[in-house]
Amino acid sequence: MRGPRHKDGATVMKSFTHSGAKGLIGKQELNRPVLPTFRKRVSMKQRTRSSVAIGLALALAIGVTSITPASANSVGAACAKADQKAKVGKVNVICKQAGSKLVWTDTRVRTVEIAANAIPGGKNSQTASWINNFVIPKFTLASAQKGQQVKVNFVPKGIDDNAFKTQLALDLSAKRGADIINLDGFWIAEFADANYIKPLATVLGKKTVNAWDGWSQMPKSIQGVMSYDGKLFGTPSGTDGRIIYYNKKLFADAGLPTDWQPKSWAEILTAAQTLKTKLPADSVPFQLNAGAGMGEATAMQGFLNFIAGAGSLIYDNKSKQWQGNTKAVRDMLTFYNDVYNVKKVGNSEWQKLAGEAGRNASFEAFSKGKLAMMIEGDYMWRGVINPATGNFKMADRDTNVGFARIPSQTAGSGVGKQNFVSYSGGGGYVVNPNTANKATTWELLKFMNSEEAILAFMSIGNSVRITQRADVNAVTLTSDLCLKFVFEKAIPVTFFRPPSADYNAVSTLLQKATAEIVQGSSVAQVAADYETALKALVGADKVTSN
Amino acid sequence: MEKSSSERITSALFVVIVSLFFLLPIAWLFLAPFDGQPTYRLKLSDPSFNNFREMSQNPYAYRSLLNSAIFSAGTGLVIILIGAPAAYVLSRVKFKGRDVFLYFLLLFSSVVSGSAAMVPLFLLALRFNILDTYHGVIFILAGGLLPAAIFILKDFTDSLPRSYEESAKIFGASSYRILKDIVAPVIRPGLAVIFVWAFVQSWGNFLIPFIIIRDINKQPAAVMMYSFYTEAGDAVIRTVAAFGFLYTIPVLLMYFYVNRKYGFRFYGGIKG
Amino acid sequence: MVTEIKAGSRTDKSGNSVLRGGAASFFLSPATIIIIIFLVIPAFWTIYLGITNYRLTGFSAVDPEIIGLENFKRALSDPAFFNSLKVTFIFTIGSAILGQAVLGFFLAWILFGLSKRVRSTVEIIVIAAWMVPSSVVSFLWIAFLNGDVGTLNAILGSQTRWLIEYPLESIIVFNIWRGTAFSMLLFAAAVASIPKSHLEVARVAGASRGQQLRTIVLPAIRPYILTDILLITLWTFNDFGPYLITSGGPGQETELLAIFVYNNALRFLDFGYASSIAAIMLLINLILSLIVITTGRKRSK
Repeated sequence: MRGPRHKDGATVMKSFTHSGAKGLIGKQELNRPVLPTFRKRVSMKQRTRSSVAIGLALALAIGVTSITPASANSVGAACAKADQKAKVGKVNVICKQAGSKLVWTDTRVRTVEIAANAIPGGKNSQTASWINNFVIPKFTLASAQKGQQVKVNFVPKGIDDNAFKTQLALDLSAKRGADIINLDGFWIAEFADANYIKPLATVLGKKTVNAWDGWSQMPKSIQGVMSYDGKLFGTPSGTDGRIIYYNKKLFADAGLPTDWQPKSWAEILTAAQTLKTKLPADSVPFQLNAGAGMGEATAMQGFLNFIAGAGSLIYDNKSKQWQGNTKAVRDMLTFYNDVYNVKKVGNSEWQKLAGEAGRNASFEAFSKGKLAMMIEGDYMWRGVINPATGNFKMADRDTNVGFARIPSQTAGSGVGKQNFVSYSGGGGYVVNPNTANKATTWELLKFMNSEEAILAFMSIGNSVRITQRADVNAVTLTSDLCLKFVFEKAIPVTFFRPPSADYNAVSTLLQKATAEIVQGSSVAQVAADYETALKALVGADKVTSN
Repeated sequence: MEKSSSERITSALFVVIVSLFFLLPIAWLFLAPFDGQPTYRLKLSDPSFNNFREMSQNPYAYRSLLNSAIFSAGTGLVIILIGAPAAYVLSRVKFKGRDVFLYFLLLFSSVVSGSAAMVPLFLLALRFNILDTYHGVIFILAGGLLPAAIFILKDFTDSLPRSYEESAKIFGASSYRILKDIVAPVIRPGLAVIFVWAFVQSWGNFLIPFIIIRDINKQPAAVMMYSFYTEAGDAVIRTVAAFGFLYTIPVLLMYFYVNRKYGFRFYGGIKG
Repeated sequence: MVTEIKAGSRTDKSGNSVLRGGAASFFLSPATIIIIIFLVIPAFWTIYLGITNYRLTGFSAVDPEIIGLENFKRALSDPAFFNSLKVTFIFTIGSAILGQAVLGFFLAWILFGLSKRVRSTVEIIVIAAWMVPSSVVSFLWIAFLNGDVGTLNAILGSQTRWLIEYPLESIIVFNIWRGTAFSMLLFAAAVASIPKSHLEVARVAGASRGQQLRTIVLPAIRPYILTDILLITLWTFNDFGPYLITSGGPGQETELLAIFVYNNALRFLDFGYASSIAAIMLLINLILSLIVITTGRKRSK
């Protein structure tokens, strides 16, 4: 006859483990003896089986409830019980939840800070959103899954770029500041000269830096954005290029070809004149940035291209000389004179407005089909006249806007015998030489430059741009005609601004020179005045004239 | 006093024209923020609170107004608590070169409020470990405003007859009690005006917080205003107008309050 | 007992009968500390930078050299500096002396004779212009002077682009608008302090308002005029506000000295040069103050 049924030993033992005991021991049951008594006599076989089972269960229970340090082998390995503590070599670890797994996690929390002139909803909003909504959560999780606790801070800002640069310089001079800093490429020279930043390899170690596989995806020309004196200071965040945008419909109305590519400055002027005669009076044929109001936009979209197109770079790196009253500079000024005074194919008013007002006026006119040609960076395509998100949405952008390369003065007259020229800018991220957390900072930087992260960046802004990774570009640029054009046609012939701390001041002198041309002064006079001021600025021995 | 009718007319005309001159530019501030499609035009074509809603999406907007209040009230208090006793002493104690000394301080304060002093102020704050702090900003602002504040407060106390203080002294009152119980109540309107003046100067100050503060949660409205600009650096009129309105109202209210309570005057006789 | 309570007894050699030495230094010390640390030291430091070639970035950031008066020589041969100097003088004379002081006085004088309600209302409006924070005020004026839809053009029925065609005039008017409140308040106190009897006598004697003004009022408030001119000249000369409206432009037509310093400091990070300009401004302030003070002293004989 079978005895009264009771649960077999193993089950009973299990039920007294952590979780089981809770279920069993109610208030009343506390008074009962803990171990069951075997009332009925059982056979020897059954008893042996029960003992073995009990023994196994006991071992299992002990194993489950107390994992010894000996079974943890590395940070990031799986563990079973949350909040359990242990040691891996000299490192204290604790068992923590990371996503869906439990892993041994280093108890130290490492903090990394990112600084960029970006603020959600305002300036460089895309960058700010990307950092807040993608980079920080994803990186924090990925690190946690590797057993590293990181806290990433992002300090949002929405101030003038020069003001941002000043704050960075102040912080770095005091050996403070964020760990990862967003710098404009052409600030690298002056920050490096001041010892505020150091080459990436110096800060993190050559082997560490070279070990990253991302470099193979980063074209050397784009790495140039963050380079100085032959050394790389950080990771670039893509780049851009300058081209001529033109309105195909207005060209057609004026009888000009809609697949236009000028091969010289003269051809630009001729087209502009044709437009002037054929188009209504309130249409402007050509926008050529001039004056100090537009700041660097006058340089990058204006005179730098024309000095290069006339055969010289504004600053010669080898001889360390600036272009003073030279043929290239005079030719550039003559072109401005032709546009604004001789042929009168530009809008002089716009060039005189303060701050961004003039540039915005030209953007608005182009978006409304009232401006036929303008030289601008791809930023204009992506961000200004973008039919979905632009500041001056242009509904027919994709069908009606043509692109052309900026020609040299004449075929082969450009620097390096180029027929066409362009200028590129861009910025990137550097590592603060004073960072306390080199390893984590480098991990974050690599993450921000991963294929996944760059793709995420693009999807946030819902607009395509030229990134620093070739694999991403290969996928995304195929759909955007303009950027494809810039990447394939303009970037190969592009130049970068001189890596000199004096560049800012020299650029301002040239901006002023173009403003004086617009106001009617003579080329000879303006060029002479410019040279005088330049000599006062950098020293007469650093100025070339011819 | 009696006036001829032509005098009356010219007076009235003058007052009206001048009032309009001062009123017209401000009018925009009271219309555009409430206009759904604001432009630079003075109009209210589409009344709504949308601009304020949009502005509120910036998570730091309201916080920055609070920070401005902290900086400004802090500076105002420091100016009064520190400047008033100093002005009192300088008023009562004549020493050789006192006036010249004050003038020099006044001149130096103009150097220190310019952009060139940016680096020295930053390095000083670094050395005293007050970077990125509320009190750092308050002390620096106070330093720049104290000479003018003392200059004006000294005039207030100059015009106060000493007899009360002298009698109190004879009856054994300490200088501290004299200051607190006799002088301060009488020049209280002057203190209120100087507080408001220091508050207003600090409220609009961009440079010092820009140099000293890095934590976005401590940024004042003067700096935060620029985050309502677009990528292109162009102001978004909707949010700038709304924020500008909220940024202006507190100082106006403060002025009304002080004016009602004490009258807003630099009186007490400001003589050279 | 009686003799001891005589007023003026127990004075020390500075005429101080009220403060003991200990109390005086106690009252002065907090202000002294703050002024020394946050005013005097940075001021001298800035002037010191003016004799170096210090920049915030570049080689001169780590290795600044003392270059003596080089920066000053550079300023004296810099056409941009002279332009800035000229602009600032015109701005100061136009908006401070001719504008704020005169307008402020007439406002105080005329309002003095009007009802309290009118006076309060007008004062509130004038003071509001002074209180609006700078970044907001510049926006208001950009809107007001806008060429297409600005209020001024709407009233005049014109399409003038004020900030481009008349930039210096625009900022002069702007500064008058901005700063008159101070002068108005100061002169209101001044006018209120004139004993009523003097004016009554003049009126009874048949003097017109204009004559009363000339013979009684102006002489009586001379010290106030002096203080006012001194303060607003200094404040206006160093004023930076118009930058937010014109950025110093178009070109450099409204580049006041404070803006010139700002551009050299923040755009070019050339703090050595910027500091030397600040030092020059200090010198000019000094000269201006001396002129105003000695003029006042001479007349009041």
